[in-house]
Amino acid sequence: MTTPVGRGPGRRRLRGGPGSVVPSAQIRTYYDRPVLKQPVWTWEIPAYFFTGGLAGASASLGSMARRGGHPLLARAARRIALGGVVVSPALLISDLGRPERFHHMLRVFRPTSPMSVGTWVLTVFGPAAGASAVLAELGWWPRLQRLAETVAGGLGPVMATYTAVLVADTAIPVWHEARHELPFVFAGSAAASAGAAATLLTPASESGPARRVAVTGALLELGAAEVMRVRLGEQGEPYRLADAGRWSRAATACTAAGTALIGLGGRRRRAAAVVGSALLLAGSVCQRWAVYRAGFISAADPKYTVGPQRRRIEERG
Amino acid sequence: MTGYDDGQPRMGFFTDTSVCIGCKACEVACKEWNGVPENPFAWTGESYDNTSSLGANTWRHVAFIESGGQSTASTVQSASSVQSEDEDFRWLMSSDVCKHCTTAACLDVCPTGALFKTEFETVVVQEDVCNGCGYCVPACPYGVIDRRESDGRAWKCTLCYDRLKVGEEPACAKACPTDSINFGTLEAMTAMAADRLDVVVAAGRAGAQLYGDGPSGGVDGAGSVFLLLDDPEVYGLPPDPIAGSKHLPSLWGAAAAAAVTLAGAVAAAFVGGRR
Ligand code: SF4
Repeated sequence: MTTPVGRGPGRRRLRGGPGSVVPSAQIRTYYDRPVLKQPVWTWEIPAYFFTGGLAGASASLGSMARRGGHPLLARAARRIALGGVVVSPALLISDLGRPERFHHMLRVFRPTSPMSVGTWVLTVFGPAAGASAVLAELGWWPRLQRLAETVAGGLGPVMATYTAVLVADTAIPVWHEARHELPFVFAGSAAASAGAAATLLTPASESGPARRVAVTGALLELGAAEVMRVRLGEQGEPYRLADAGRWSRAATACTAAGTALIGLGGRRRRAAAVVGSALLLAGSVCQRWAVYRAGFISAADPKYTVGPQRRRIEERG
Repeated sequence: MTGYDDGQPRMGFFTDTSVCIGCKACEVACKEWNGVPENPFAWTGESYDNTSSLGANTWRHVAFIESGGQSTASTVQSASSVQSEDEDFRWLMSSDVCKHCTTAACLDVCPTGALFKTEFETVVVQEDVCNGCGYCVPACPYGVIDRRESDGRAWKCTLCYDRLKVGEEPACAKACPTDSINFGTLEAMTAMAADRLDVVVAAGRAGAQLYGDGPSGGVDGAGSVFLLLDDPEVYGLPPDPIAGSKHLPSLWGAAAAAAVTLAGAVAAAFVGGRR
């Protein structure tokens, strides 16, 4: 190996972070320039991860609540899902480089594209969740309402998790290498937000299941995010850096505090339930932003791309 | 696989960086032929490279790597010993381009079908279909494709699809004065690459290696084969790229497990009819 002159080919050290099983390695780069492109997605995308997850988990919660004899909870959850599916398509369309061509998504179904799969899931889920809520409010066509509610409830968990596949099916290391954990982070985050939102909009006497969904979801979110960061090892460093680090810490703090408030005081004290729910909603938003921003940091530094690949080659021998 | 059954062999590039002289005729020819917009002009200070990377407006990119021997201190010390320093001094040049992957991540994730495989098994964006969703951008493991800010759509090398259609070679290959850029059937390109590697190694270039040859690896082989004189990452290329879509089963498997967990958590909240 020769030594670089001036600003020659860059060399980066990738240190083994906590949970890392690999030793430090010297990494050669081209003027420290990224190997990968930064995502071109803007704030609408993490916002949609939140609204889509909220709508999906709420539809499931609403459907179960109606069956379980909690009409007020069911109504609140349906309304939340309706809100989610009204804003979600608007967010997705406004993020396109050519918004007027959004319907080009609907000219094909491509099973290899998580975005295509997701578009079709949303195309069925959105009207179903919308019809379920609107028909129930109006008291029209109860059988159609039930059908719509069942479809939306069944697709809800897919809505809440496919977005994790969408980001993981990229070349960005911090996303792709977390492909086994990200769907659980998103599922937990969606459940926490849906439970929290329903708790806010339901009288305390009927919000028990919503609080339980909120707490279970929040614990899943916290646990899965922690497992993800540990398993990522040095690749998970973006979750400790810059704005991704701040979003990530805020997510953990809000979600942990919200869980404690709802879990310990939510049943008896309305104030604890309300503040706890607001914290869980904030935590869920922060979690999506942490994941979104970590992708940018991971793509920007070639050490995350080159280091593990070089090691893979060496391990293969 | 293209689904075409017309006897048309797969076409591709062989870029032999050992004879690249860094003239950038390929960059210019590509821009001219394809009507690619100009780049905002800036000096990078990175050797002769002012385009920096492939992107929406750069479909051929010449990398320049200066390294070795000639340390500033020794140059100051003795101007007469330039010759001996020259032996260690290294100035690598390489013209990079889209790899036209066999398993192309950009194409796999495209939700509109704008990206497609041509009859030459090259990967091309249909500009009248692309709606600028941007998914191909972080999907490409080589950081090739990007969205053009001025028009909101994704752009990259088409391997001069219009020229291939009428039996012409791509503009970059046509313009290359040293035959660093070669074009032909992928089979011929791979064979040519292997022959050149033998010659270059016999001439004493220890670090020489082929990149993108053969049908194995994370993108199942590329339509652009390279002879490099050092490791790929030195040129800004990923040493062991993988198309995310190769992991689709495990990606959806994890999502299915998470979805079932979510449904279970919701159902469990109603167990026992508690309020
Ligand atoms: S190199 Fe990137 S842009 Fe080119 S075919 Fe492969 S994935 Fe697509």
